[in-house]
Amino acid sequence: MQDQPKAKPFRSSSFFKDGLSSRQPVEGTIARGWLREDKELYTGKKTTTSPSAAAPLTSAIAPTGPTATTPNANASPSQVAAAYPDDVEKFPFPITEEILNRGQERFQIYCSVCHGMTGQGDGMIVRRGFRKPPSYHEQRLREAPVGHFFDVVSNGWGAMPSYASQVPVRDRWAIIGYIRALQLSQAGAQPATQTSGDRK
Amino acid sequence: MPQIFHHSTNALAKTTIFGAIFILVAALWVAAEISRSSWNTGQWVEIQQPVQFSHKHHTGDDGIDCRYCHTSVETAASAGIPSTSVCMNCHKQIWADSPYLQPVRASFSTGKPLEWTRVHDLPDYVYFNHSIHVNKGVGCSTCHGRVDQMPVVYQASSLQMEWCLGCHRAPEKFVRPQDKIFDMEWRQENKTTAEIKDGKSLVNTNHIQPAKVLTSCSTCHR
Ligand code: HEC
Ligand code: HEC
Ligand code: HEC
Ligand code: HEC
Ligand code: HEC
Ligand code: HEC
Repeated sequence: MQDQPKAKPFRSSSFFKDGLSSRQPVEGTIARGWLREDKELYTGKKTTTSPSAAAPLTSAIAPTGPTATTPNANASPSQVAAAYPDDVEKFPFPITEEILNRGQERFQIYCSVCHGMTGQGDGMIVRRGFRKPPSYHEQRLREAPVGHFFDVVSNGWGAMPSYASQVPVRDRWAIIGYIRALQLSQAGAQPATQTSGDRK
Repeated sequence: MPQIFHHSTNALAKTTIFGAIFILVAALWVAAEISRSSWNTGQWVEIQQPVQFSHKHHTGDDGIDCRYCHTSVETAASAGIPSTSVCMNCHKQIWADSPYLQPVRASFSTGKPLEWTRVHDLPDYVYFNHSIHVNKGVGCSTCHGRVDQMPVVYQASSLQMEWCLGCHRAPEKFVRPQDKIFDMEWRQENKTTAEIKDGKSLVNTNHIQPAKVLTSCSTCHR
């Protein structure tokens, strides 16, 4: 009774040769509900390769703000988008306040250890000697499409590890929404950016 | 006929009868104490691990959130133990040559998982689920103690049925606000009347089920 011969999480097994009680699914297996049809949601890549009209980056997180006056609305020149031709520029689902709050929480769990609470790249692990990541507030990253961020989190980027196994897809987008809010909050004193900053 | 027994044996007989009851009670008490002692429950015993992984360094000093490693604690029965690749997120670069991390690097290159020794281990006839506790306002430190101060994890609670029931009978004494679940410094128990009042209102807002349901045998033995 105390120790029943059943498979529980993390318990080893003498039944299988590799000693693991949980089996690896056969390659190509898709669990119910995991059919990843929505390419933009699951990969952050455009469904069509032809570049669509560059959407204002801020529209998704500040839908009510006067986007035309925010610096980022103008700062989506084709040359930045051209650096990431396949990456989507719009969030695959609307970023609501609830999702921003979720994003803030998840950012502080998984990203702030290196990127710092405000995204300056001054997190605790960096202070302990990890390579310093670029600040989210530099021009290039403010202009990079959201799909690029998704790519970085899902597949890793240089010294930055992949977070695909730790952060589920929707949470990744929520984190990116929060990074956009951080960028806006540091971008200047425009009224629209102020409201976005307060929403966290 | 001379008396076989001396007068004093009367007294001896009386004390033995009395003593038998006393000794029985004392023996029961000792047995109960032994079963509650850490010798039986494994409480306070520091368990050595294959890698000298320190929660004090990682969570206390470096401020890494519990969920960075125990990713499934909010969504599943098991809190989850991080895979080697999670350690390598950081240790590919920092302390990359440390001899203490040799087993981690070996596991990463061979793909053979690290074999941690369990610290908390309920009997298999008990059903426990982290997500319900974490989502209804029971913080890690209430059950696990100050993990952020433990160089080596030990079991801070007895994990006996009595301990589970103590809370299931009166959850208002332990629940905390939802944003304090992972806060190691938050009080582990509500003691003053004001704190218990807060606890009661949390029990209401979190819709925690009545003690009748939570102490029913089939809640934990299913
Ligand atoms: C272990 C430390 C660490 C953690 C945790 C971490 N990063 Fe990074 N990140 C880095 C480093 C280092 C770089 C710089 C990579 C390079 O240029 O080689 C980086 C770069 C980036 C970049 C910029 C990529 C570019 O185009 O230059 C983005 C965006 C990013 N990280 C997002 C995130 C997000 C989102 C999270 C949380 C899910 C996260 N990071 C967690 C270390 C980390
Ligand atoms: C850097 C990754 C990491 C972080 C962050 C982390 N842990 Fe752990 N935890 C581990 C590993 C690895 C083990 C298994 C080895 C051990 O028991 O020391 C473990 C074991 C434990 C155990 C004992 C499990 C058992 O065997 O019964 C508890 C309890 C625990 N952690 C609680 C916490 C709490 C609470 C926090 C947040 C304050 C936390 N951990 C943060 C990696 C981590
Ligand atoms: C988010 C980054 C991060 C993660 C993830 C991480 N560590 Fe660490 N680790 C550190 C830092 C920073 C130190 C230095 C601690 C200090 O001195 O404060 C350290 C120190 C150590 C040390 C002591 C090394 C020495 O030479 O003294 C060991 C052992 C260790 N970690 C094991 C692990 C294991 C095992 C895991 C996976 C469960 C892990 N770490 C995950 C950041 C991390
Ligand atoms: C209601 C009490 C309680 C709370 C709250 C709690 N735990 Fe646990 N934890 C346990 C028990 C009991 C076990 C042993 C489970 C078993 O043996 O099946 C355990 C086991 C673990 C383990 C070992 C792996 C596993 O799931 O069996 C880890 C890691 C852990 N807890 C981390 C945490 C973290 C992190 C938190 C805070 C989010 C937390 N626990 C909150 C009671 C609790
Ligand atoms: C510090 C308080 C506390 C401790 C200790 C505690 N629990 Fe709980 N437990 C709760 C609360 C609060 C709930 C949520 C009740 C609800 O569903 O509304 C709960 C719910 C549960 C449930 C789910 C009930 C359901 O209806 O699905 C199980 C199973 C459970 N606990 C098992 C245990 C076991 C086993 C232990 C001891 C190892 C334990 N608990 C220790 C507070 C606690
Ligand atoms: C809150 C969860 C919970 C509830 C409710 C509960 N139990 Fe238990 N029970 C436990 C745990 C945990 C253990 C394991 C104790 C240990 O390992 O020392 C246990 C152990 C036992 C044991 C074995 C005792 C031993 O020392 O080996 C029996 C018998 C038992 N329970 C009967 C019951 C009965 C009967 C009820 C209903 C009146 C009940 N339990 C309700 C959690 C619970």
